[in-house]
Amino acid sequence: MTATAEPRTALPLAMTPDARAAFERTRLSRRGFLKASGALTVGFCCWSAASSVDPVLAQFGVGLTEGSPPADQVDSWISVAADGSVTGYTGKQELGQGIVTAQTQLVAEELCVPFARVTMIAADTAKTPDEGYTSGSQSHPTNFNHANLAQAAATARQALIQLASQHLGVPTAQLTARDGAIFVASNPAKKISYGELVGGKKFSLALDSSAPRKPYSEWTILGKPIPRIDIPALATGTFEFVHNVKVPGMLHGKVVRPPVVGATVNRVDESSVAGMPGLVKVVVKRNFVGVVAEKPWQAIQIANKLKVDWTSGAGLPKQADYYDYLRKQSPSRDAFLINSGAVDQTLASAATVLKATYLHPFQMHGSMGSSCAVADVANGKATIWSATQGVWQQRGSAAILLGMNPEDVHVIFVRGSGCYGHNGADTVSYDAALLSQAVGKPVRVQLSRKDEMAWENYGNSYVLDCRAGLDAKGNIIVWDHETWSPVLGNRPGAERPGNVITGFLAGFEPEPFHAQSPPSQPRGFNNGSNAIPSYVAGCVDDRCGGAGSIRSERVLTHNVVSPFWTGPLRSPSRLQNTFAHESFMDEIAAHIKTDPVALRLKYLTNQRVAGVLQAAAHAFGWDARPSPKWQRAEGVVAGRGVSCVAYEGANGYSAMVIEAEADTNSGVVAVKRIVVAVDCGPISNPDGLRNQSEGGALQGVSRALGEDVTWDDHKVTSVDWRSYHSLPLGFAIPQIEVVLVNNPGERADGAGELAITLSAGALGNAIFDATGVRIREIPFTPDRLKAAFQTASTKARA
Amino acid sequence: MAAITLKVNGSTHTIDLDPTTPLLYALSDDLALRGPKFGCGLGQCGACTVIINGEAIRSCITPVQTVAGAEITTLEGIGTPEKPHPLQKAFIEEQAAQCGFCLNAVIMTAKAFLDKNPKPTDAELQQALSNVLCRCFTHVRMYRAIQRASKEMAR
Repeated sequence: MTATAEPRTALPLAMTPDARAAFERTRLSRRGFLKASGALTVGFCCWSAASSVDPVLAQFGVGLTEGSPPADQVDSWISVAADGSVTGYTGKQELGQGIVTAQTQLVAEELCVPFARVTMIAADTAKTPDEGYTSGSQSHPTNFNHANLAQAAATARQALIQLASQHLGVPTAQLTARDGAIFVASNPAKKISYGELVGGKKFSLALDSSAPRKPYSEWTILGKPIPRIDIPALATGTFEFVHNVKVPGMLHGKVVRPPVVGATVNRVDESSVAGMPGLVKVVVKRNFVGVVAEKPWQAIQIANKLKVDWTSGAGLPKQADYYDYLRKQSPSRDAFLINSGAVDQTLASAATVLKATYLHPFQMHGSMGSSCAVADVANGKATIWSATQGVWQQRGSAAILLGMNPEDVHVIFVRGSGCYGHNGADTVSYDAALLSQAVGKPVRVQLSRKDEMAWENYGNSYVLDCRAGLDAKGNIIVWDHETWSPVLGNRPGAERPGNVITGFLAGFEPEPFHAQSPPSQPRGFNNGSNAIPSYVAGCVDDRCGGAGSIRSERVLTHNVVSPFWTGPLRSPSRLQNTFAHESFMDEIAAHIKTDPVALRLKYLTNQRVAGVLQAAAHAFGWDARPSPKWQRAEGVVAGRGVSCVAYEGANGYSAMVIEAEADTNSGVVAVKRIVVAVDCGPISNPDGLRNQSEGGALQGVSRALGEDVTWDDHKVTSVDWRSYHSLPLGFAIPQIEVVLVNNPGERADGAGELAITLSAGALGNAIFDATGVRIREIPFTPDRLKAAFQTASTKARA
Repeated sequence: MAAITLKVNGSTHTIDLDPTTPLLYALSDDLALRGPKFGCGLGQCGACTVIINGEAIRSCITPVQTVAGAEITTLEGIGTPEKPHPLQKAFIEEQAAQCGFCLNAVIMTAKAFLDKNPKPTDAELQQALSNVLCRCFTHVRMYRAIQRASKEMAR
């Protein structure tokens, strides 16, 4: 947690002997399990081969975890009760994106039962199949295609028809499933209900990859704007968040974080809080400090009063120079994602070379409710009620943290405040677990606002250099993209509790930083979180995975060690890269005095990106012309900007047009109108998709206009809603129109991170269109814009 | 510690706690209410909002001793899933939620405001919500829901 010239050696990374032993034990037990569970392993192999799991999805953890229901069995996903009610089990949980309602629709549709008869249970290490993290716009592709939940439901329907055929003595071809029963098509009076067929019994059946999915043309539940099942409880205050979990005998914990980055404990003076009301215990484990009390307010008061002598920390790099520092930092991990060769020569031969550098700050998840968890660690077992995005991963990493076997840890997902990625949910779960273990009783911990904001795993800061070469006719002949981004920690996975602050303080290492220089060469096409611009061919070896036609192409990325914890924040790296690509494409269009939509279409070969781009432009009423509108603008001026993306190259397509006003005197930007077109294949719930797109677009505007993590020489200073600037409900909200492009013949793609990826680029382009001034640094604060407008105005006069 | 009497949603409760405890902890911990929530503990986001004497109050920074005996209304006190308040009904009809953690903030702030200003302009409503956060940015739907409810409430 330092940022000296030698970050790897400056990090106090040594594992404690206890930590090392716990780590080793967990690994041994895992190997031992796999060795001893031949039958399950064989089952997994067979299912895996038969159902042809998409290798891209496999990395998101659809697989086998000891103790979790096996993913190859229908019973792990679907159960039918005697009364005909259906329970679906899923590893993809509700974070506020509407996925549980959509999955309820999916199960109801495939099984042919009424929506109201289906209940979903999501993300519980003891009850649901291991589907890895709920993240990265992966729930729709994972569960709505030809595997997992959808295929389990399709297999179950097929099995029910076969059972009914035997029962009724009628061939399956003459049977139809409807309303939770199987009917004889020619004689609907002859029927048998699901409850009668399998109620309360097991299917005892493997997922069948050949079981037919219900065709889109027959959908009556999926694809409809069915209202979210959770909103009535949310609106009336009856919904149980993780913050509301109460366990008998539960105590309350409060953590005491270091005052500055890198500080370690010299001494904890327990006598400073002796005799305070409600005190149960002061807990110290290496640099992890916390208190447990009977009531939450008592815990807070005790923690505030506890005297801890900390070391002074190692200091932070100056924020004012941080982007330069980032670019020069060593060691670094360098990788070519694409390198067509001779890029420098092509640039040298180009008639014109355009260059621009874009800057993106660290941003935070900044959940509205600070993170909370309850843990009960006693008698060799642990139960954690957690809003984590990955219950299975947390089970493994919490086991290491606690020195237990993963089999003895049960993680139950309970919804938290919207997380937008890897927020404080894991770290607070560790806090609760460590404190509970120390007192042998259940403990609830909710972080303070400052503890949430000062120590979360921030979304990455970026420096992005763009270069393009044009020929004499203005054709783009070469595109070169180079980025620098700092990393430290990440999601903890099943083995790295040190990837978040609590695990680190308790003595565990974050993922080691592996330097790589000279850069590694591409091995197969990898979109690299949209590091690949949409306009290049993306050719590696024989495969071209890009969305565009430019053949001279190079993408080089550098990672360095971050002074702060980092981790996925909604559209991680994809947003930052897309901001750069889409701003730069606009700069090229302006240089050659071409309409920005037309120029994009000229270089896009992927018809789905082109399709959403045209749909958004059409819905907006795009006036084809070059930007800017005026060369010298003064006062309040309006403009429009566009951006588009193939999310991660092939997981959803979106385009956005923003109309905005900029005041060149004050630097204030007002977003007036947003049109966003989305294509995520077949639409499972159109209103849910609209809701996600509207929210994503506006969250993207907030991140573009105001949000950045700030720090001084020793600590983060953006630690509340006065110092970290999220647009409140009271800001002048733009009109938002969502254009849904339904593509039922395509694969179900992601949707949650489409719109947010585009806002910064579209907004920057709108500001340029309005004012003729290009802002290349996020956030677009009034001070930054005012200074840029003044500089431009002075230059114009000179 | 002291015995404090709180009148919440029409019921009277006597709780033994430190009188400096913020009201929010008494409501969410001692009374196990789920409407008011801890968001920031600084009175900046609105998650903890309750209504006392017609005013939207941030319970995370209101010592419990200062509201002993006052009529306190929480989100669960204005309606139920079966009989929702017009605002709650409008939020359900407009599907004005993503994670839903901020609904207490938005609905309770809007209720206290609409009770005094039944026919607000957009600008007045914007002013009333100027210190309320929704980090999922469900803003468009929430305004639509509030405007819808205000029409029904004015009837």
